[in-house]
Amino acid sequence: MTDLLAARSQMAISLGFHIVFAEIGIAMPLMMVLAEWRWRRTGERAYYDLARRWAKGTAVLFAVGAVSGTVLSFELGLLWPGFMRHAGPLIGMPFSLEGFAFFLEAIFLGVYLYGWERVSPRAHLAAGIVVAASGAASAVFVVLVNAWMNTPVGFTLDAAGNFVNIDPVTAMRSPAAFQQVLHMLLASYAATGMAVAGVHAWMLLRGADRAFHGRALLLALCIGAPAAVAQPFSGDLSARVVAETQPVKLAALEGQWQTMRDAPLRIGGWPDASREETRYAIEIPDGLSLLAFHDPHAEVRGLRAVPPEDRPPVAVVHLAFQTMVGLGSAMAIVALWAALVAWRRRDLSGHRELLRALVIVGPFGFICTEAGWIVTEVGRQPWVVQGFMRTAHAVTPMPGLVAPMTTFTVLYFGLGAVVVALVASLVRETSGVRS
Amino acid sequence: MRADAFGLPEILAAAIVLALNAYVLTGGADFGGGVWDLLARGPRRGAQRELIASQIGPIWEANHVWLILVVVLLFTAFPPAFATLGIVLHIPLSLMLIGIVLRGSSFVFRSYGPRDDATQQRWGVVFAMASAITPILLGIVVGTIASGAAGDAGERLAARDATFASVYLAPWLSLFPLAMGALALAMFAFLAAVYLALAADDAALREDFRRRALGAAAAIFIAAFGGLAVAHVTAPRVSGVLTGSRAFAFQAVTAVAAIGALWAVWTRRWRTARIAAALQVSLILWGWVLVQYPFVVPPTLTLREVAAPRTTLELLLGALIGGALILFPALAYLFRIFAPKVR
Repeated sequence: MTDLLAARSQMAISLGFHIVFAEIGIAMPLMMVLAEWRWRRTGERAYYDLARRWAKGTAVLFAVGAVSGTVLSFELGLLWPGFMRHAGPLIGMPFSLEGFAFFLEAIFLGVYLYGWERVSPRAHLAAGIVVAASGAASAVFVVLVNAWMNTPVGFTLDAAGNFVNIDPVTAMRSPAAFQQVLHMLLASYAATGMAVAGVHAWMLLRGADRAFHGRALLLALCIGAPAAVAQPFSGDLSARVVAETQPVKLAALEGQWQTMRDAPLRIGGWPDASREETRYAIEIPDGLSLLAFHDPHAEVRGLRAVPPEDRPPVAVVHLAFQTMVGLGSAMAIVALWAALVAWRRRDLSGHRELLRALVIVGPFGFICTEAGWIVTEVGRQPWVVQGFMRTAHAVTPMPGLVAPMTTFTVLYFGLGAVVVALVASLVRETSGVRS
Repeated sequence: MRADAFGLPEILAAAIVLALNAYVLTGGADFGGGVWDLLARGPRRGAQRELIASQIGPIWEANHVWLILVVVLLFTAFPPAFATLGIVLHIPLSLMLIGIVLRGSSFVFRSYGPRDDATQQRWGVVFAMASAITPILLGIVVGTIASGAAGDAGERLAARDATFASVYLAPWLSLFPLAMGALALAMFAFLAAVYLALAADDAALREDFRRRALGAAAAIFIAAFGGLAVAHVTAPRVSGVLTGSRAFAFQAVTAVAAIGALWAVWTRRWRTARIAAALQVSLILWGWVLVQYPFVVPPTLTLREVAAPRTTLELLLGALIGGALILFPALAYLFRIFAPKVR
């Protein structure tokens, strides 16, 4: 393994680990606040139990998110000093704002988790709302940085390769900013809400208390289902920005080798880099031109338009994109189904087919998130700053990077296993809950 | 002296050190608490551990954010310094991160996991070990920067005149950084012992932490003067500044704070002790700043050389002021809610 690949792998594992906890940290506080609010409004004990239990889960997952986020902030320098040396002045601004948002999140989570008996009901609920809002704000700021890496603006490049005439405010409003932020926020609510719904659906299928788990299921769906339904539309917005600003990435995620009008949409298929073609795909005529440019005859640039050294690993990107779209669509359909059942005033917690479907799509949101990050990050390769700085020029000169990569991989897999076991035990405890 | 000798780069550097100072006084003490968990002894060891956990629980995550703020401010305001430190201090920083990850996760695993003794003990041990190792690595990192070894390693790397060991190992695996690691550990343990004595409800428990505070104060004394002696041999620039006439007044104030803290602990004046201990530790930290000003990474990168363009610095200062207006009331609220009852 080359040092560059080791560095990229370490970053990918660190980000792939952190993103799950970050999403939960964004959506879970909203759900626990909603549960507490229902309890204070209705006085129903089940909502109180739910708020306390969701808060417990949040406490564990937030802490792991906080420490793994710290690792990422250091890794920017440990792995990508070349990137930080040049891009630091441009992207430091959103990171600094994120620092303050994270501060508020941590402070008010402390108030929320440990303050049930110490602050007034109103202050307690407000603390939870601040946690939910600042969690979302943190995500906005961090994604602004990533959007800038995809569609860099706010500087000019001098002859020596330095970023000059920098404008950090413009850099925060890069062309991909709005679409990427929207997509990430919706992903957080969809993935977390649907996963929690899946957990409670599972408990209901096993005959656990309906008063408790039925309410939990409904609240989780209130957050997860609308986001899951909205996400394909947000994805369409994102894809059109990619089509305009990162044509090579679009070609990679669609497996489009040839520049052509009336480009087809491919479902499945295997992009073969040596033959420069995508085989075994189901092709929908004009589909790609239509989706990417909203015109069935629009010209789509193919991968062959750029030399091989400027192309990302196509198979990985295409596969990840197919996974994201496929599983995301399944989530949206199940979410719509749940909405339909709820709208007909049928009791969700007794609908076994729906519960089974919710269990199945439960983990899909997190898988989609991982796949989505692979699409956007691997799809940008070989660039770290699209068109301006290659990843190979950003990496640290330290040799032997496979060692830290292996260390952090082992650490994160170990932690991941502990977290899963711990959350599972927290969920099992609720099977005894009787409202 | 030029009219602009104290400009934007200096203001932002001061803000970074203030954030680090806040981290040391709050997050540092949380690590110190973990050290006393590791060293919990005697008939009240269970009560000691409970007190530590109850004091850390609500606030450690907020305290931890100071470190993240230090990192983002450093890479925004002084990017080349961050890049150089990221390269040459890769190994100790990675080890420190592992410590940070294990400390935080094991703490919540212990708090929220199964209550059985085996599980509690397993995570308790990880928590306590990580709490002790992380401050040592933080001190090593600071010591490597202060002694100029990190800057020298960066130079060797740039000149392509270097072995792996001379750039990535030798700079931090030497006596002065190790002494600074010991000093950081002793300082954090001292802060924690003083805070815990103040927070303890029970007189016997308070005496436990009084003895620990006195022990930690002695350890600070040994590590500080040991470090100075080592610096005299291996990092003459550090000892030169610290024993020079310019630093005399500074050293005198630090000594007064140290003696004051010791006196207050000895005579059980806990609120005074907390203030004096915080002052003593802060002054030691600012002593480091005095040693290396105007360098961010001595002996090569000065504040002015590595500062980001003016636009960035101005925006950053604006963000800091705006952020502080929200942050400080929020922090005051948090600490007011969870403050130990005043006696």
